[in-house]
Amino acid sequence: MKNKFYFALLFSKIILTSYLLLLSLAGKAQTADELIRKVKAKMDKVNDYVATGKMKTDVVFIKAPIANIKSYFKKPNRFAIKRDGGVSLLPKGGVSVNVSSLLLTEDYTAIDAGKTTLGATPVRIVKLLPTSDNSDVVLTTMYIDEANLLIRKASTTTRENGTYDMEMQFGKYAAWGLPDKVVFSFNTKDYKLPKGITLEYDDGSKKAELPKNKKGRVEISYSSYIINKGITEAMLK
Amino acid sequence: MWSLLKIELFKVFKRPRTYIAFIAVWAIVSLIQLAIYVDGPKYMDFVLKDIKDNFDVIGNPLNGYFVCFVILQTLLIHVPLLVALVSADMIAGEANMGTLRLLISKPVSRTKLLVSKFLASAIYAVILLIWIAILGLFLSMIIFGTDGLINAKSYEIIILNGNDIFWRYLCAFGFAALALVTVSSLGFFFSIFAENSLGPIVATMSVIIVFTILTTLDIPLFQSVKDYFFTSHMIGWKGFFEMKVDADGMAIPGTIRNLPAVLRSAGILLLHVFIFTGSAIFIFNRKDVLS
Repeated sequence: MKNKFYFALLFSKIILTSYLLLLSLAGKAQTADELIRKVKAKMDKVNDYVATGKMKTDVVFIKAPIANIKSYFKKPNRFAIKRDGGVSLLPKGGVSVNVSSLLLTEDYTAIDAGKTTLGATPVRIVKLLPTSDNSDVVLTTMYIDEANLLIRKASTTTRENGTYDMEMQFGKYAAWGLPDKVVFSFNTKDYKLPKGITLEYDDGSKKAELPKNKKGRVEISYSSYIINKGITEAMLK
Repeated sequence: MWSLLKIELFKVFKRPRTYIAFIAVWAIVSLIQLAIYVDGPKYMDFVLKDIKDNFDVIGNPLNGYFVCFVILQTLLIHVPLLVALVSADMIAGEANMGTLRLLISKPVSRTKLLVSKFLASAIYAVILLIWIAILGLFLSMIIFGTDGLINAKSYEIIILNGNDIFWRYLCAFGFAALALVTVSSLGFFFSIFAENSLGPIVATMSVIIVFTILTTLDIPLFQSVKDYFFTSHMIGWKGFFEMKVDADGMAIPGTIRNLPAVLRSAGILLLHVFIFTGSAIFIFNRKDVLS
């Protein structure tokens, strides 16, 4: 009789604990979704923009000068970067992904992954799992500044283009959710061409040993945005 | 001296074979331009094959500057052969026609005669290069437009801004002129030993082909001695398309990565010109001319 009562009590405890756990998880998921919705609503204020800035490419085998660039964005997902008088190599799926397009689709599950700090800013970690099997993005981890509703950092793992990180610094355009500075980090592969093709001029200087598997970085510092003034199709081509 | 030079230039440009080179250059440049116009993206894909999966190219990399770079790279191996057609014929051609003895019997020193002949062949080489510049650079700029330049090396990619390229081409063509004058002096040197022009032309071509192959072969044995081949220095024009980098690894527009090395290569080529021409004059002054 005593044992029967003990098992009934234990069973009730398990049910109650499970219920509370489920309730708590459901509450947190709701919060993550809500947070994402709020961030998205803030970004939705921007219909289009033209941003002027400078781009630094730091990839071990690319020697490029700092470039003057213009970024063009139009809702929902049109984005283009153009250079003033020159060509640039940009990581696929990296720079072409702007902050808004991170939250473009509705087909994801948001999971709350706790809190941390980026520099001195407290952020919430939210993981976005695409629900579509065909999505190139496997997982996006966002570090969201809850107080200002700004995405401070995003780490995206893709099927085709590896993993890349976007770190954003905000300033005078924070009210629109637009960053002053974006830093993309991505994995690079080795680059090599046969010397017989390049007909290399050997100037006698010793070639520095290039570090392997070094992460590449592209840093874009925006000096100004022209927001919601309309942009033409030609600008996006 | 000026009169002698004018006479020699008249002789050079009166010969039909002189114009073979101009037609050949026009044909090669046109074919390269056509190929890039039609199949340029495929060529660019090949150049960027290791990174195209990871990088997108923004801007217009297939522009006139890039086309000229490909043309220069291709032509500066073959144009020396065309230059040799004229320079190796300067003395041997006279010997072949039986006019050399008559020529040196005139009241003009042999040194002056040879210098004027060498200058005529050097001017021909420079005019040929100007022709390449007109077709390869200016015509390509008109057809393909201008933008930045991707200079793909075996271990790195250098990206030059559009407004930082034209002056580099001026320097590169200047350097290439020196390279062609060096070839001209080699052909001229061989020319004094033969009584028909075929031998010196083939000898000059052979030296250039063998040295170029040894320069491009990536074999350690040849790598250690290739600095002694003048053909290694003939591609020094490429040095103008490299930039210095700052502490952050950013390329600095308007700079040349290793200018002393480029100037050294130019100096070595100039030394070859003096050695080949000087030797030719020295030997010819002591030569018993029988034809």
